[in-house]
Amino acid sequence: MSTPEPRSHSFDASSILRSTHKHDDPIEPCIKVENLNLFYGGKQALHGINMEMSKKKVTAFIGPSGCGKSTLLRCINRMNDLVDNVTIDGKILLHDDNIYDKSVNVAALRRRVGMVFQKPNPFPKSIFENVTYGLRIQGIDDKRILEETVETSLRGAALWDEVKDRLNDNALGLSGGQQQRLVIARAIAIAPEVLLLDEPASALDPISTLKIEELINELKEKYTIVIVTHNMQQAARVSDYTAFMYMGELIEMGATSQLFTKPTKKQTEDYITGRYG
Amino acid sequence: MIKSWFKSGSPWIWLNAAAVSTCLIMVIGVLGLIAMRGAGHFWASPIVSMSYQEDDGQIKTIIGEHVDTTVTPALMAKSTGFTMADNEDVLIQYLVKTGNRDLTGSDFRWIQERHIKATSNPEDMILVERREWGNFYGQLIAIKESDNVVATGDKMWTALQERLQAVLKLHDQITHLEKKELGAINYALEQLRLKQKGLELKHAWNAETAKEFADKKAAYDVDYKKYQAQLAELHQQIRRDSLVATTESGVELVIPLAKIVEVTQPNKMGVFAKIGHYFKKLGEFLSEDPREANTEGGIFPAIFGTIMMVIMMSIIVTPFGVIAAVYLREYAKQGFTTRLIRIAVNNLAGVPSIVYGVFGLGFFVYILGGNIDALFFPESAPAPVYGTPGLLWASITLALLTLPVVIVSTEEGLARVPKAIREGSLALGATKIETLWRTVLPMASPAMMTGLILAVARAAGEVAPLMLVGVVKLAPTLPLDGNYPFLHLDRKFMHLGFHIYDVGFQSPNVEAARPLVYATSLLLVLVIIGLNLAAILIRNHLREKYRALEG
Repeated sequence: MSTPEPRSHSFDASSILRSTHKHDDPIEPCIKVENLNLFYGGKQALHGINMEMSKKKVTAFIGPSGCGKSTLLRCINRMNDLVDNVTIDGKILLHDDNIYDKSVNVAALRRRVGMVFQKPNPFPKSIFENVTYGLRIQGIDDKRILEETVETSLRGAALWDEVKDRLNDNALGLSGGQQQRLVIARAIAIAPEVLLLDEPASALDPISTLKIEELINELKEKYTIVIVTHNMQQAARVSDYTAFMYMGELIEMGATSQLFTKPTKKQTEDYITGRYG
Repeated sequence: MIKSWFKSGSPWIWLNAAAVSTCLIMVIGVLGLIAMRGAGHFWASPIVSMSYQEDDGQIKTIIGEHVDTTVTPALMAKSTGFTMADNEDVLIQYLVKTGNRDLTGSDFRWIQERHIKATSNPEDMILVERREWGNFYGQLIAIKESDNVVATGDKMWTALQERLQAVLKLHDQITHLEKKELGAINYALEQLRLKQKGLELKHAWNAETAKEFADKKAAYDVDYKKYQAQLAELHQQIRRDSLVATTESGVELVIPLAKIVEVTQPNKMGVFAKIGHYFKKLGEFLSEDPREANTEGGIFPAIFGTIMMVIMMSIIVTPFGVIAAVYLREYAKQGFTTRLIRIAVNNLAGVPSIVYGVFGLGFFVYILGGNIDALFFPESAPAPVYGTPGLLWASITLALLTLPVVIVSTEEGLARVPKAIREGSLALGATKIETLWRTVLPMASPAMMTGLILAVARAAGEVAPLMLVGVVKLAPTLPLDGNYPFLHLDRKFMHLGFHIYDVGFQSPNVEAARPLVYATSLLLVLVIIGLNLAAILIRNHLREKYRALEG
């Protein structure tokens, strides 16, 4: 099998951010991806990705199916470690620490970088136990702390009012949208710095989708959010920055408003105008 | 026409339906036969009195229970030596249980129907169930208290029942004293002896310990003597009463009440009395020890042994199989080696069970057990402790036998836990082992229970390997009792499956034991169904709890 030549697309991501920056708060890069290549066996899935994601902003990855946007997202909390035959080179810096360094404790990293998946995946336990799962793993069993965390997390995920009277019910009894918000509550219960959302609304109905989008807007006050979506309207609605990926390469990245109105690359324009993808 | 019929698929549906029906009919037939024959055993059947005239012209009477009837065609009867008249088409023979083995030498008689002159069901016939020599059928003459007649005629029956109740109570006391109190002292003395020998082997036996041991022994001896005196007293009391009865041929027999389990008058019993009697007999069957080379009495030790063995096996096989399956599925790198191991595990399930028995005897009993004895029980030598078949080795051998099913079904359960759940747990900062313990294993637990159910079903019915590694015809003590350490894994035990084989095919009195074989078979089936039901209930509960898999 021939491996395509890794092409380097060196964006000066920070310069883009600076130039397109319309907000008042200072830009603070949280995650830096440096020259990241990823191979599934002999097949290269990511080609020399370089990008930055800023703190307490929402960054969206868009692109056609199979373009590597989920793969890239799963690199940020090393979820790809679980897949057999994956080799990764390059660096991902979380506040200047390379998460692919040998000394990194992966479990500790994942506590800092939470993740929500495409399909709601609550554990077959009570709502309470779902939210406290991460804390219990850290050995926190103090009932008062757990109860407080459950309330703040569920409020944070805009689910508290709907479930406060049935915290001991099985989480699988919730609707899909509620389950997804429960999973978000579960993720923020351990107070991560970064939240990775992998198409969090694609399995949900429009109303639940709307709720999740509103929630993302609230969550970015506290967390750096990276979201993968195949829905361009959604990316336009919720994100501050958007990265367009195609065939494992980062084609273009910029402020959402700019990328959707004045894309600099032809491929980006083709995609957002619906000519392919 | 035919072609279109074949094309429509209905022959195929008929074939399927026929196969299912055949299976069902066979299973129901087997269970029905066992249930009918086994459950009927405890019903009090009437005592018939038949007078018959054999070819020599003498008229005799015979009393007993009608058990079976055979019809033989005349030709076949002639060829086996019966003289048949020309107008007789068939030879009808009755099998009668006449009891009184001590007088006649056999329990059963065949009577030809054509010889019978009269039959009747005399009301005063009694059936005496004895502890020795089987049943007695006859007529009650008198009740005796140390050779003096105390009751005859009408008062006899109530007097007999009262005295019998008292005697049975005494009998219980004696059994309790012998088994519990004296048994405990004997056990303690044996432990003391072993300890002494152990100290001697370590050269730690000196005057001080000798005195200490002598004191202990003396204390036990005091108790022992006390109980012995009580026993002697009880034995004297129990020997006091007896009954006098005559057989059909007029022989008078004195039966000590101490040797009697029960006296009934089946011909006087109404339906309700019979129903009451039925459940009493059933209770005795379930709760008492066997008598007379297992052909009479209860089968409690066998039930207990079977259940103990199955529980022990479950305790051993479940963690072992689950751990092996977790390694194979979760940790081992999937490839040629794991495939090879899986094939080996699956083939292990096909190895004939007797092979496991031989392996268990050779490896567990002689090598493992022998070495355990040499290392930890040098004081018992030359008598083996673990170097002889026993409950532990039987359980381990069966655990080995059922290991494949537990591994296979646990692996399937682990494979069915969705990836999304594992990722969800890992994404919250759980390590692999935390994810396994907190999420994956609980979700796979219904599958583990399925494996256990299959294992129990297989193990409870297994006989062949057990004969080599721990089951005996008659175990004097249960593997669980009141003597420290309470659970005696080194003891031999009784098992329902082996009991069936032993009673049905190894006993001196096969005819008398046949109903017991059915009853025991029925019970074995019920025990297995019971164990399975318990496991299935637990599994369904777990399934309900972790039903994410179905969603």
